[in-house]
Amino acid sequence: MSSAQLPSVRDLPLRVLPVAWLARGSLGGRGSRHLVERHARVYRHTWLVLLSGFFEPLFYLLSIGVGLGKLVGTVTGPSGPVSYTSFVAPALLATSSMNGAVFDSTFNVFFRLKYNKFYDAALATPMRAGDIALGEISWALLRGGLYGAAFMIVMLAMRLVHSPWAVLGLPSALLIGFAFAATGMAATTYMRSWQHFEFVMLAALPMFLFSTTFYPLSVYPRAIQIVVECTPLYQGVALLRGLTLGAVGPALLWHVAYLAVMGLLGLYVASLRIGRLLLK
Amino acid sequence: MPDPEVLIRAKDLTKRFGDFTAVDGIDFELRRGEAFGFLGPNGAGKSSTMRMIGCVSPRSGGELSILGMDPVADGPAIRARLGVVPQEDTLDVELTVRENLLIYGRYFGLPRNVISERTDQLLEFVQLTDRGADQVEPLSGGLKRRLTIARSLINEPEILLLDEPTTGLDPQARHVVWDRLFRLKQRGVTLVLTTHYMDEAEQLCDRLVVMDGGRIAAAGSPRELIEQYSTAEVLELRFDPGEHEQAAEKLADLRAQRTEVLADRILLYIPNGDIALTAVRDLGLVPLTSLVRRSTLEDVFLRLTGRQLED
Repeated sequence: MSSAQLPSVRDLPLRVLPVAWLARGSLGGRGSRHLVERHARVYRHTWLVLLSGFFEPLFYLLSIGVGLGKLVGTVTGPSGPVSYTSFVAPALLATSSMNGAVFDSTFNVFFRLKYNKFYDAALATPMRAGDIALGEISWALLRGGLYGAAFMIVMLAMRLVHSPWAVLGLPSALLIGFAFAATGMAATTYMRSWQHFEFVMLAALPMFLFSTTFYPLSVYPRAIQIVVECTPLYQGVALLRGLTLGAVGPALLWHVAYLAVMGLLGLYVASLRIGRLLLK
Repeated sequence: MPDPEVLIRAKDLTKRFGDFTAVDGIDFELRRGEAFGFLGPNGAGKSSTMRMIGCVSPRSGGELSILGMDPVADGPAIRARLGVVPQEDTLDVELTVRENLLIYGRYFGLPRNVISERTDQLLEFVQLTDRGADQVEPLSGGLKRRLTIARSLINEPEILLLDEPTTGLDPQARHVVWDRLFRLKQRGVTLVLTTHYMDEAEQLCDRLVVMDGGRIAAAGSPRELIEQYSTAEVLELRFDPGEHEQAAEKLADLRAQRTEVLADRILLYIPNGDIALTAVRDLGLVPLTSLVRRSTLEDVFLRLTGRQLED
């Protein structure tokens, strides 16, 4: 097949998004880097805060994976029986990618939108609403990437990685972060008060507990299985678990597509809404 | 052929928020190098106008051209050449004074070494050189405003927009800000400012428009406006509250060009205040206090709208 026959990127699944809008760069461009630079500079002053994001999933891994794992022994993973620690570890990586992204893109963004006029100052410069949305999400990913890399190293050291496919684990963790950061930011633009963040917790906590994080999908009756299979965190858990345990097949691409579309839609809505909220 | 020296041209410019019309079809032109003011009370539509000029608020109707471009299509390109001092401070409280200028400069895509060089000059200009490493939050209102002015100049803007630049500052801090703005004007920076302080408008503006209820009530230089809408002098009289109304009636006999009876004072608009004061005494009236002064923009505003500028 010649390259001329290949569908261009524009014709691919991104059809759901207005293509002209994407091509114009309204999703944000160079300006987003400056926002990342700003956040990095702030964290130079408060670098200790950065550490907490690394220890949280590590503590979960040690208490549930190792501690509970002693009692459970082995479970049936996607590629057959594996140690409980190996089963739980990729799910904890997926969860921490989600939590980090949601925290960065909801609480922080809400505060900047409502209280300290942070975005108003940036929008008086050549920066655009899309630059701000993309900048915030990029920063969330950069942080998430650092945590993800550190966690992957711990997994390697503890011999919890069972396949060379795991090299795709970090990009996958970033994809999960992107999906949740973009969606979280889009949702934040609709929030009016801090009380609305209860909804964020209401969505994130059950996903953490029930998206096959701690046991396989097979424990559920079929009806519940379908519900779980529709949640975004399940996509992330299944993707990372498949990669680290070596159960790789075309099904994983479905998870990738789900998360990518979720992220792009979130970014689109977030850019649009920030523009509407601030440029009135 | 558009005049290249006209930097901003607005025609029938309108801004509506739902049913409310904040700016109701105004026309104005801003020329390079001038200091142009929007004078009016709160709610007159000044800030809405400024936001439209700053390309952070789309117009609801009319035409607006800034530096020859359309703010809807070329917002980022126009904003790259503007400096903005907003009404409320929008400094980054998580960064130091110097870092505020650095990051803001980066938003304009400027290289770090250029920003660093300009930061030295700008901090010196606003007299904050020794505060460079300080956090922003503990700075006083006056220092914050000076820092905001320095920040707005980081991209060497062709037009500097100042929305109520000295509102909320104590008198001493106001004078420092005025002094810096005056120096900028001397250097040829084009200034656009909104204010509800008539002394600010008189000190800084070459030309201004008086705004009220979203419309332009009058336009001209401060001097032209005073000549056109007021008299050379004003006699301010204050009477015992019991005699206030009676005195006002009697003063009508003086046939002053205009008499304004305010809640606490009576203003007589006359060519010569001292002569008028003698005439008042000849009528047998004894004011508690009397003051002869020059006409100001405050009087122009009172004449145009029937209300006082500052409440």
